[in-house]
Amino acid sequence: MLRSRPRIVFAAGLLLLLALTSLLAPLVAGHDPITTDPDHALLGPGPGHWFGTDELGRDLFARVLWGGRVSLPVAFVAVGVGLLVGGVTGLVAGYRGRATDLLLMRVIDAILAFPALILAVAIVSALGPDLRNAMIAIGVVQVPVYARLTRAQVLQIKGLDFVAAARALGASPLRLVARHMLPNLLNPLIVQVSLSAAFAILAEATLSFLGLGAQPPTPDWGSMINDGSRFLSNGDWWLAIAPGLAICLAVFGFNWLGDALRDALDPRLRG
Amino acid sequence: MLSYLGRRLALMVPVAFLVSVAVFLLVHLTPGDPAAIILGEEGSPDTIAALHRELGLDQPLPTQYGIWLSRVVRGDLGRSLRTHQPVTEAITERLPATMELGLAALVWSLAVAIPLGALAALRRGSVLDLLASSFTVAGVSVPNFFIGILLILVMGLLLRLFPVGGFTPLAVDPLQNLRHLLLPALTLGTAGAAINMRFTRSSMIEVLSQDYIRTARAKGAPWLRVVRSHALKNALIPVVTIVGIQVGSIIEGALVTETVFSWPGVGKLAVDGIFGRDYPVIQGIVLSAALSYMLANLLVDLAYAYLDPRITYS
Repeated sequence: MLRSRPRIVFAAGLLLLLALTSLLAPLVAGHDPITTDPDHALLGPGPGHWFGTDELGRDLFARVLWGGRVSLPVAFVAVGVGLLVGGVTGLVAGYRGRATDLLLMRVIDAILAFPALILAVAIVSALGPDLRNAMIAIGVVQVPVYARLTRAQVLQIKGLDFVAAARALGASPLRLVARHMLPNLLNPLIVQVSLSAAFAILAEATLSFLGLGAQPPTPDWGSMINDGSRFLSNGDWWLAIAPGLAICLAVFGFNWLGDALRDALDPRLRG
Repeated sequence: MLSYLGRRLALMVPVAFLVSVAVFLLVHLTPGDPAAIILGEEGSPDTIAALHRELGLDQPLPTQYGIWLSRVVRGDLGRSLRTHQPVTEAITERLPATMELGLAALVWSLAVAIPLGALAALRRGSVLDLLASSFTVAGVSVPNFFIGILLILVMGLLLRLFPVGGFTPLAVDPLQNLRHLLLPALTLGTAGAAINMRFTRSSMIEVLSQDYIRTARAKGAPWLRVVRSHALKNALIPVVTIVGIQVGSIIEGALVTETVFSWPGVGKLAVDGIFGRDYPVIQGIVLSAALSYMLANLLVDLAYAYLDPRITYS
């Protein structure tokens, strides 16, 4: 299947590359991301420092790679929170129906009533600015997508013959959901995971840019851009550009993968 | 239509209630005593107790909520802890700047997206279509603060075409106002433009394959007229629905854009409020943002039902 889907291979390859370079940052970065070196501050990109150095002389290539070790896992955990909480909410609401459904979906509506980032910012500002709270906040704002998606799928599948057949054979509700319904829910969820990973990286970068995510000296893409933007007017452009490109690549990779997966997994779109 | 509106409003009541509870509880999410956190190192037991009384924190939670809500519905969002200015006043003071920026961003996102999206649909597979698709992908993958920084770098610092920050009120100097407006509006509107373009393109492609387009062509109507009055008009109906979502992304984008460009709007007020732990300001802005977003979505739904006669009000 993969050979006929070059887009999936390309996007997955890009993401794999990003994940590997972040994972292997201690081996491939060549410099320490936190140790300062004032003698080599604000060097432009060159052979010794591929992406240049920042105002404290720290190597930006190393910081961008190490930044991936912060930004990417945060996005994954946030998506995991959204998927788990939202998925279970949607399953329960769709399966139980009636009052449970009504109640749960009003809570989901209430989360959706906030513009997502505003809610995330509000949660982090209340809980206190750090990475863990950023993960929670981004996870919470992802819950509605998964809840609605899962619920819609469950409602659709619930009425199908194979579910009725399994029920007639005496399957317990848990078995019905886990063995018969869940596997049929997976495709749209896989697509959504990829798309919301893109959102989560953007959201994490935005929170960190505003100073609500990783705290210094932890290298993090969003906060590096914020730090670097103060040096733009001096002509030291690379400080903000290098981490910005990393964010763009990661978000682009997940968006692209999500789109390609949707085309591949949705039978209606299969050419 | 009226009964539809009534039902929509009735559905909004429980949601608005939950939203207000969530915003109210925001302060209580803070680990530890909010009053002690607000006062920081300056807090003595006396000042903390005083602030407790001022914020009503010495009352039971439901009572606190009741008092807070009864004030909020009268438009009283409390006072800023730092400046002691009423929050409602602080927001309304800065609202015109944010509205101007948001409106400009919306105009840019529609003015670019609709013609380009339609053209891309008419010339599928052409270079223009490819460019439009690339713009779509880039627009949703580049964080808006990074777009802002790139614009500052290129248009502001390299080419020196536009000021890189600040604000001149429209009434003082309209031309200066526009010069300051351009880069932030581009920053805020680009993601929306990308989404609108994708939507216009796919919607236009769908409409162009409809029978009535073929009929109009067969009757000898000029191609341009078919495109303009038969195809585009119908293709734009679904685009209306995403304008509601866009109001949301403009509200959230204002936080970052106003910070990047030192634009004195509500977004900047919110960010300053967060760092000052100014909870009444944060609560006020979050609540107003949610209510405006809900209202925008209601208006969009009504507009959609109005524009597309196939949609029934049930």
